[in-house]
Amino acid sequence: MSHWLILLRREFASLFITPLAYAYLLLFLLLSATFTFYLGGFYENEHASLQVFFDYHPWLYLLLIPALATRMWSEERRSGTIELLLTLGIRRRSLVAGKFLALWLFAGLALLLTFPMVLTVNFLGDPDNGAIVAGYLGSWLLAGAFLAIGSCTSVLSKNSTTAFLLCLALSLLFVISGHAPVLQLFNQWAPQWWLDLLASFSFLTRFQGLARGLIDLRDLVFFASFIIAWLVATIILLELKKAEK
Amino acid sequence: MLQVQQISRSFAGRQVVRQLSFSVGAGEVVGFLGPNGAGKSTSMKIIAGFLPPSSGTVRLQGLDIQRQRRQAQQILGYLPEGAPCYGEMQVLDFLRFIGRIRGLQGRQLQQRLQQLGSQLELEQVWRQRIDTLSKGFKRRVGLAQAIIHQPPIVLLDEPTDGLDPNQKHQVHQLIRELARDRVIVVSTHILEEVSALCNRVMLLHHGRLLVDESPQQFVARAPAALTGNQNQAMEQVFRQLTCGDET
Repeated sequence: MSHWLILLRREFASLFITPLAYAYLLLFLLLSATFTFYLGGFYENEHASLQVFFDYHPWLYLLLIPALATRMWSEERRSGTIELLLTLGIRRRSLVAGKFLALWLFAGLALLLTFPMVLTVNFLGDPDNGAIVAGYLGSWLLAGAFLAIGSCTSVLSKNSTTAFLLCLALSLLFVISGHAPVLQLFNQWAPQWWLDLLASFSFLTRFQGLARGLIDLRDLVFFASFIIAWLVATIILLELKKAEK
Repeated sequence: MLQVQQISRSFAGRQVVRQLSFSVGAGEVVGFLGPNGAGKSTSMKIIAGFLPPSSGTVRLQGLDIQRQRRQAQQILGYLPEGAPCYGEMQVLDFLRFIGRIRGLQGRQLQQRLQQLGSQLELEQVWRQRIDTLSKGFKRRVGLAQAIIHQPPIVLLDEPTDGLDPNQKHQVHQLIRELARDRVIVVSTHILEEVSALCNRVMLLHHGRLLVDESPQQFVARAPAALTGNQNQAMEQVFRQLTCGDET
């Protein structure tokens, strides 16, 4: 069995040993339902789609993923198991990939558990299920992007609070850079190309289409390359920070 | 089998290991001695490929630990300082995980786990979470992960720390058995361990190798009146060499 797969299995299983996994699942399901039904006005819209449900996902992930991602490396550094892990003859990329994929799969599991939303919307009307699948794909990619940032920031500090706050701050930056009020702030003095560039890096802009069921190859490429770039940064930082006291 | 050539390592301008060179052949058990901060653990980390040296090379069966890190680490067993393990895991699951990473599977892995379980008396805690174990058990779990793949080169950083005299004896016996056709490097504070276990003593002080000789030669450095009591003699020589204390 490949090293990354052995690691993935260990990481995935270890999530369920601590209360963290259950807390994440519970909060994710509760908050996604609250946002959709109360803040989003799911029933009042009278529209058979899950657009409202997906619209809140960037904010939901912003809140929950940093807490989940923090454990990836900062805990290894704090407990000293990083020394064990890095002397077992495993490729660095397998290590980073195995840990990341375990959490990404877990985020996918949390998404799958929202299936009652799909059943509800199908019961109430006649939704475009293709668009719903695209929304789920987009949401999973979005979760991956948040996790990739978290992987990198968790290498930077063995203090989990610092790693959490760093991940939160960076993630917030990538969310709000496409938020209308922020763009309006720059609108008065910045050139248009700068605004476009800023918005193109925003999770909100990139996720918007997918949440509405529009699969644009550019958005998929953005999320894939974003994840890979942050994981490569994790590999580099792991070498630099592993032995720091 | 293990060749260390001119390795040095600095941290924030302070040299922790200075021009350390030695080579060890199969069947040798080397006792790495030295006061706290002498550079023992840092040297171990460099040999294990966790830390890169500022200069110098380490070869394990001819494989450069920096350039062929993965292959070199596959023939190495390493117990890091403090025997870190995943506390939330059960002993059996943890060793199974390490065994799989080390390429063992199926019946081969099962047999090896049984063997280690009885050799290190771990069977009674197989299903216990590691963070609920006593220090002695934790150390033995760490030792088991280091030798699960029967590597030809084994580095053990304070393998008997926290063990009671019976457990120490057991671990010493295991190391002696392992040593027949392997290279074993043991870092320790416990001088009696060196006389009980090692056929070579290396004393590090301020990152420099001060002594590299047999335990008998090491003891012979003590005043004649003390050579009858090996442990006392060793302690005396240790003090003489590391703080110039002759009393």
